[in-house]
Amino acid sequence: MVRLITHNLLACHVKGCTSNNFPLEFKDVQVVVRQSEFNPDFLRGFIAKIEWTALVGAARELGDTSLPEMQPETLDDDFLHTLHHVLLEIHVEEGVMICPNCKHNYPISSGIPNMLLAEHEIG
Amino acid sequence: MLPTPDLSHLRAEDYNHVYEPAEDTFILLDALEQDAEQLKSSKPRIALEIGSGSGCVSCFLGSILGPSETLYLCTDINPHACKCSIASGRQNKVPLEVLRTSLAHPLIGRLHNSVDIILFNPPYVPTLYDEALGAQENTDVEGSWAGGQDGMAITDQFLPHIADLLSPHGRFYLVAIAQNNVSDIQRRMQENHALRSRPSATRWRRAPVGDTLYKDFMIL
Repeated sequence: MVRLITHNLLACHVKGCTSNNFPLEFKDVQVVVRQSEFNPDFLRGFIAKIEWTALVGAARELGDTSLPEMQPETLDDDFLHTLHHVLLEIHVEEGVMICPNCKHNYPISSGIPNMLLAEHEIG
Repeated sequence: MLPTPDLSHLRAEDYNHVYEPAEDTFILLDALEQDAEQLKSSKPRIALEIGSGSGCVSCFLGSILGPSETLYLCTDINPHACKCSIASGRQNKVPLEVLRTSLAHPLIGRLHNSVDIILFNPPYVPTLYDEALGAQENTDVEGSWAGGQDGMAITDQFLPHIADLLSPHGRFYLVAIAQNNVSDIQRRMQENHALRSRPSATRWRRAPVGDTLYKDFMIL
């Protein structure tokens, strides 16, 4: 499963590709929504680790525009429910993630992203 | 005692390509269970298992911490292992986030001082160096055990990243055997990365074959 919580933690790691290598851009995606248990404590604890602009952009690439442009200062229940859905319930099953810098393609198949590089691409 | 994760969905054919949980796996489960209360009270947000194989260990950690309390990241270089880990997560109702990659490469940039629990049951069996590297390139079951000189060829690639990945109170669990030279691993982690470690003394056990001693080993 590639959920947006994980996508927010992935950067291109091709040898020499060290700037503008995050976030990876989605292309040709197939998305499945699966409900999961809402845990506001987890979200409050996790939010500091999120790159907000990257998350908003990635959600829009997947057709979800529910997140505000700026991360709100107060984490009310409505907002946390929205965040929960975007981070944890949208699964990218098929598609490609493309590095914005070096354009390396990382395919996603059956929910598993292939982040392996060929020998000459390893840093 | 917590039950071992349900792996009844995996078949003999799966274990032709993926490491079948064995004594070393169960020693790691025992170590996690022994620390269960401390692990829970530390409220970990990110767990990362390197080489998750069948997914057994991360599912077990999920049963300790709860499925929605933590993000369970799993990596494996072996595509069959990735599929098995995902399936085991579903079977045990722990959402495992599985990435096909070597070690933690695509995560290192973003997970600086962020991972609360790192789990690694590495390929620790001493073999020829080329055999260990070839096994990683072949991305099949041999890669789960062939460890090169002293069984440390793959582990040594990952150890330099531990200090950077771990959160301030993070923990790293590593399975090692006597031939890996555990005291040397501890010394290097202390000297090069200022990481203290505490081998679980109670964890010495006889391996099923030969006189290899297994030991799990924790860095605090």
